[in-house]
Amino acid sequence: MTVSEKLHRYALANGLRVVLAPDPTAPVVGVSVHYDVGFRSEPEGRTGFAHLFEHLMFQGSESLEKLAHFRHVQSSGGTFNGSTHPDYTDYFEVLPSAALERALFLEADRMRAPKLTEENLRNQIDVVKEEIRLNVLNRPYGGFPWILLPPVLYKTFPNAHNGYGGFEDLEDATVADCASFFDTYYAPSNAVLTVAGDFTVDNAKALIEKHFGDVPARPRPARPSFAEPPPSGELRADHPDALAPLPAVALGYRVPDPSTDMDGYLAHLVLAGVLTEGDGSRLQQRLVYGERLVTDVNAGCGLFGPFEARDPDTFTITAVHSDEVGVDRVLGAIDEELDRLAGTPPEARELAKVTARWQASLHKEHDRIVSRTLALGAFELMFGDPTMIDRLPERIASVSADAVSAAAKALRPDSRAVLTVSPAGA
Amino acid sequence: MTRTAEEIGRTELGPRPLPPLGEQRPPARPAAVDTVLGTGLRVIAVQHPTVPMVEVRLSVPFAGADPLHAARAEVLAAALLTGTERRDRVAIDTELALVGGEMSASADPEQLSITANSLADGFDTLLDVLADLLTGAVYADDEVAGERGRLVERITVAGSQPRVIARKALQKHRYGDHPFTREMPEAEDVAGIEAAQVRALHADAVVPRGSVLVVVGDLAPDDVVARVDAALGGWSSDRSATVLPPLPELTPGALKLVPRPGAVQSQLRLSAQSIPRTDPGYAALQLANLAFGGFFSSRLVENIREDKGYTYHARSYSEFTPSGATLLVETDTASAVTAGALHEIRYELGRLVLSPPTESEVETVRQYAIGLLLTSTASQAGLASQLSGLAPLGLGLEWLLDHPERIKAVTADQVAEAARLFAPTRFTGVVVGDPAGFPDLELLGGVTQS
Repeated sequence: MTVSEKLHRYALANGLRVVLAPDPTAPVVGVSVHYDVGFRSEPEGRTGFAHLFEHLMFQGSESLEKLAHFRHVQSSGGTFNGSTHPDYTDYFEVLPSAALERALFLEADRMRAPKLTEENLRNQIDVVKEEIRLNVLNRPYGGFPWILLPPVLYKTFPNAHNGYGGFEDLEDATVADCASFFDTYYAPSNAVLTVAGDFTVDNAKALIEKHFGDVPARPRPARPSFAEPPPSGELRADHPDALAPLPAVALGYRVPDPSTDMDGYLAHLVLAGVLTEGDGSRLQQRLVYGERLVTDVNAGCGLFGPFEARDPDTFTITAVHSDEVGVDRVLGAIDEELDRLAGTPPEARELAKVTARWQASLHKEHDRIVSRTLALGAFELMFGDPTMIDRLPERIASVSADAVSAAAKALRPDSRAVLTVSPAGA
Repeated sequence: MTRTAEEIGRTELGPRPLPPLGEQRPPARPAAVDTVLGTGLRVIAVQHPTVPMVEVRLSVPFAGADPLHAARAEVLAAALLTGTERRDRVAIDTELALVGGEMSASADPEQLSITANSLADGFDTLLDVLADLLTGAVYADDEVAGERGRLVERITVAGSQPRVIARKALQKHRYGDHPFTREMPEAEDVAGIEAAQVRALHADAVVPRGSVLVVVGDLAPDDVVARVDAALGGWSSDRSATVLPPLPELTPGALKLVPRPGAVQSQLRLSAQSIPRTDPGYAALQLANLAFGGFFSSRLVENIREDKGYTYHARSYSEFTPSGATLLVETDTASAVTAGALHEIRYELGRLVLSPPTESEVETVRQYAIGLLLTSTASQAGLASQLSGLAPLGLGLEWLLDHPERIKAVTADQVAEAARLFAPTRFTGVVVGDPAGFPDLELLGGVTQS
């Protein structure tokens, strides 16, 4: 049976949307809360604030001292995490099913009354700065391409800025900023609660009402449009990287908006598979194994994966190449392959490969309770339809060769960003 | 709406009590077969029908004493899927893709690993491709040359990663030039490997006797074994796969300082001799390690991350080889707090011995260990990887299913006894970073540059 056949969706009186996906195959549960705010919504002068705030949500709430959240999850046999995305922030726990009520209690407590203190804010600013040193500053290709490409492709602050944040901006954050951010964006009406795994629907509904029912309603914030026109030329920028041993390049194009043009979006998704999924794909064959221009090449929808952000979103092609191969040779070969696909649609067999691999990867995602829970919540939040996950294999299978060809045609050299990374070590 | 942070953090009702845990349903004991085929290949097949997929892990013990073995093994793993007598690279990828399949190979100082999955109804295709690779990989000259070139570039890229630099330094400091240290071959060694050497290595060392195939998925185990036997029957050899020779016991001593001028962050890597999973005291050690630095609510993480803000990442864990085990403690910190972090790590190591985990700490890590085992083996891929990790020790599904009972039986006294393995005097290790950024480190002592 598919997830959708057993899916239950409803909302509490305070506006909290709920998705229940019972599945008794293993005695474990996943619980997640998605808030409809990500780093695209943070104000100028406060880069990195949405992510910093995510850290603070783990630092205690009315019923939970600092560190208690972690201890209660882990002493129930569970794991937890949170992550900040362009358009949303998620929090989750995966636990043995006996701990379902605890997870609901923990999420409800911080949705109702988080403790936002100066001491915790200062401590987490330090932790976030270490996270940035670890993942960006002290590593080759740090932030490639998710931090480095957007400022080339986009003009407006929400789309272009660094979601990890500048150290000065992080240090300027105040407790008052936190209070205002929470009151504005962390309203129950701006969130989705998802429970997946081993539970009965009636019991889960009762527990959800018990713990979340009295979280006071607050208005749902108006969601701003982040729309901006696609670039009207090829925009280039170079990033010198003292730690990178080889040059790299990232191409950024705009993709269709999945909420208004899902077919166009899926055609780009299939195109990404035709281009770089597996040894037999077009760009692997030509760039990696044929002409041996690059070490690695990848293509995909979204800077963090597909179905991960609303419009505007990015189609990326990234490659690492040797010094001797100039970037223009790599770009020339990619453009030729895109032209070829634009002129002659891919063969049925190429599409069948992409379709079967997507079907398998969605099964695997479903098998991991963390990814199943998070995907259901994200699809409810962004597209208002978690059942779409089950229909994706069919939708992907129905993408026509002509549609893929049209997607290739849309990736035009005169409307894209080209970010190069140049080794700048001593 | 404008509320202050204080107003947000309070409700009329006040703090609420933590709900109790409910009744836990145990996982089903899955149907399984653990058997050795006539060729000497051990097959562990487990029915786990959560999704219509199948996960496959093949481990071939693949150690070698020759200084160039690691380079040969790495090229072999990279070129294994580039073609056979019957299929070229594209045909391999195409056949797998059409059954939603993926397959990859990797080599480390212990073993050659092949990881694969596909839709369950494509299992025969997956097995056919696997058998073809094991018995008919050709390692064509030009494919080997291409993979070799890409490997050299990948090794160059990986070699610039701080965590790789730190790991390499730790291995050298712990084990000198034992084969175990050759986790990533030198680029110049790889550049010199010829296709003929790779073919010879495959013929000699890619053998079923001593190897383990784990199959977890939506398939009946007896049927899996029969299909594996039929498909892989032609993969045979008189030789047995080569197991990594035992490692020398670790010698405690000063941490070696490895300078990395200009680094904004330092890597601290500490290690001590420990006990393997087959030891009767292992469950107690597992709990002692969790309490020390094995999960987020551990003493180490609560101290240097949540209290001091020195780091984003700190942890301790066991590392297993076929013959033994070590403890590792690691963190990455800003240069300026490197000395502070080392001081706190040593303090926590000492405290674990002198003030061992309390009853309440032991209960927390006990529940965590049992729960984590449950959640990490709930998926096909998770269960397959766990079984594949246990197999070299001769352990299997029974050990995994019985492990919660062993964890439940551990007493706080046993954890205190195991905690003695964390005595700071038992450790050695490395510090990688820019010494100009942490002049105070030498004042702490126990760090040497030579």
